[in-house]
Amino acid sequence: MATHSENQYYVPHGSIYPSILSVGLLSLASGFIFNMNDLHFGKWMMYLGAAIIIAMTFKWMGSVITESITGQYKSWEDKSFRIGMIVFICSEVAFFAAFFGALFYMRVLSVPDLAGYDADITPYKDFLSSWPSLGPGGKVLGTEYVPPADFKPMHWNGLPLINTILLLSSGATITWAHWGLIKNKRNELVIGMALTVLLGITFLACQAMEYHEAYTEMGLTLGSGAYGATFFMLTGFHGFHVLLGTTMLIVILIRCMKGHFTPEHHFGFEGVAWYWHFVDVVWLGLFIFVYML
Amino acid sequence: MSATTVAHDDVHHDHPTGIMRWLTTTNHKDIGTMYLTFSLVMFLVGGAMVLGIRAELFQPGLQLMNPDFYNQLIGVHALIMIFAALMPAATGFANWMIPLQIGAPDMALPRLNNWGFWLLPPSAILLTLPFTLALFGIGDGAIATGWTFYPPLSVQGGIGVDFAIFAVHLLGVSSVMGSINIIVTLFNMRAPGMTLMKMPMFAWGWLITAFLLVATIPVLAGAVTMLLTDRHFGTHFFDAAGGGDPIMFQHLFWFFGHPEVYILLLPVWGFIPQILQTFSRKPMYGYKAQVYSLWAIGALAVVVWAHHFFTAGMPVPALLYFMYSTMAISLPLAVLFFCWIKTMWKGSMTFETPMLFAVGWIILFGIGGLTGLVLADVAADAQYHNSYFVVAHFHYTLFAGGIMGIMAGVYYWLPKMTGNMYDENLGKLHFWLTAISFNLTFIPQFFVGLAGMPRRIPDYALQFAEFNMISTISAFALGLSQLLFVYIIIKCVKGGKKATDKVWEGSEGLEWTLPSPPPYHSFTEQPVIK
Repeated sequence: MATHSENQYYVPHGSIYPSILSVGLLSLASGFIFNMNDLHFGKWMMYLGAAIIIAMTFKWMGSVITESITGQYKSWEDKSFRIGMIVFICSEVAFFAAFFGALFYMRVLSVPDLAGYDADITPYKDFLSSWPSLGPGGKVLGTEYVPPADFKPMHWNGLPLINTILLLSSGATITWAHWGLIKNKRNELVIGMALTVLLGITFLACQAMEYHEAYTEMGLTLGSGAYGATFFMLTGFHGFHVLLGTTMLIVILIRCMKGHFTPEHHFGFEGVAWYWHFVDVVWLGLFIFVYML
Repeated sequence: MSATTVAHDDVHHDHPTGIMRWLTTTNHKDIGTMYLTFSLVMFLVGGAMVLGIRAELFQPGLQLMNPDFYNQLIGVHALIMIFAALMPAATGFANWMIPLQIGAPDMALPRLNNWGFWLLPPSAILLTLPFTLALFGIGDGAIATGWTFYPPLSVQGGIGVDFAIFAVHLLGVSSVMGSINIIVTLFNMRAPGMTLMKMPMFAWGWLITAFLLVATIPVLAGAVTMLLTDRHFGTHFFDAAGGGDPIMFQHLFWFFGHPEVYILLLPVWGFIPQILQTFSRKPMYGYKAQVYSLWAIGALAVVVWAHHFFTAGMPVPALLYFMYSTMAISLPLAVLFFCWIKTMWKGSMTFETPMLFAVGWIILFGIGGLTGLVLADVAADAQYHNSYFVVAHFHYTLFAGGIMGIMAGVYYWLPKMTGNMYDENLGKLHFWLTAISFNLTFIPQFFVGLAGMPRRIPDYALQFAEFNMISTISAFALGLSQLLFVYIIIKCVKGGKKATDKVWEGSEGLEWTLPSPPPYHSFTEQPVIK
């Protein structure tokens, strides 16, 4: 197939992957719903859906990589990918904003409000206007609330501080790798990327340890009131994004070793690097607002 | 090899036929057609649901269904009409027309475009499946909370709520993917010489819509995710027992929900001025003023959300802020109305079906806007909130302002898309049937609302009986009139008088320079705009 000239935009062939990917999502979502509602055949639908999603992502991204290395993408297409990635990251920012919004709302409004009510008019007694809040104590509307005796909030200066250092360093190593790519120094690029992947995996391991400690030793669970809910949802979704980011970094590392990128033409690398920096910045927000303050 | 022959090699690959064409297509026109067809089908499904609701409301008392099923119909009707009928229709037009209007070879990210559409049928399945499951004894039917998912009702609800949550997730992914595609297309694919301030108004409307979607849909995704964890994983986001607050859900939901209104309307505000200028045969009045007004409305849209729950309890300064900021939206909107009317002023007007819909749209949407101003008043809203006045108001904005606007667009562009003229007499008949039965359906609801009839209740007090009867009969007339719409579209697709390239005497813009219907690949060479 002839490659097209600079002023021709590349419109790819028809592709079956997106529509099968949607079927996979349908299977995963409905299976998850069935499973949550105690219909356990849903488990198998989830496995099937996840398998379809992984296979289709693999095939879809595979065809993008093939088109890239056969030179279909010129500067015009490249600009599309750049704008698209920026807008996508903006939508991710909005997603995290919802959870940060919930955190601020509960800390600033709902917990102090609940603590401020006259004990005669509220069923929820014994709130303290402090953070973290575990909710009321005693019997409320027929439910007995017993805060776990060993409850401790997560301190910022243990694992979280190590995690901050890990992620910030990974931001530096990926930039170092990028310099290597621009200066056409393959070794610097591959070592920088490998270090970044390593730091990402270490971060995930540390977070797994943190969660384990929270559940087994600190009495801190998803059900630990407003604090537990925001803590786990914010750090959990962030951790999920680190997992995705690390997976993408591994793919990029392999592509770097295969020599897919040139100093002029490497959007795949940059897109993942942008995503990684975004994950980094979200972590800084978490470190300040969830752990420190 | 010259550029033209290269293009020839490159674009004439094999097209699969039959179902595979539609499953695999990366062509913006094919994808646009799928969006529009899906939208029409779901419009009829959602319409059938509301006829069930109106039939129940024909008389006081409970005749046809139990209250729980009634609530399910209410919620799914709204979700389908908003997410599966109106939004896909606007996206379908965007797919069809934006590349033609800006002289682009296709949308910028064609495979993503295909995925954006194919996420919709799974979401529609997720929304409606619980009805079927209930027949087999699984769960107790679809979501019964209304489309707003308010806790604690949604936390206590059945399996239908879970299905609706994941339907919203898939719809949200679809909208964000569509928005990314449109933003990239508008920023990167415009013909040389077409500066932003030379873009057609429809492109402007969609650009701002896409920004609103990217900013707000993920917040809705976050909100329903918190709902899911509250339901199944023990969190206390919306439960005061853990320090959470059900009102917080309303804030998160309407942070998305209010911009959503403009997401539905901005594309229409884009192409209605184009229709007005075509049939007034004079240039659009106040292009710049309209663009700036669209931006102003887009910006205000994200800072006014709490006017949807004035009565839920808020400090007085917050009430005042949300009241004044909401009323401020009427200023740029008044600029738009002025420009629309001034575009027609002293024009050589003719009233083909698109123009009838456009002019009728200005009047009916105007009623929707003015009654919105009434509801924005905190003191008045305490009386009107949760009444049929609200139902009538948002149907004037979303049926008249949304659906009838989309219909104007359908008649305006159908000859361009199909190459055939639609039946003008039937089109005009469709307009008058729709406009009259729409007004007869919803004007009575303003009155029963003012008199205190609450919404979302299957039974009502005896004194509302006559007006509800009128409303129900008219709703059935309105529903049946839409079968005429379907017939007109099918007839036009199958044949009819051949349309010229320009279709309308006064039409302006790049899409009218191409043959009707345009070739499979339009603008392989970009035109240059002077």
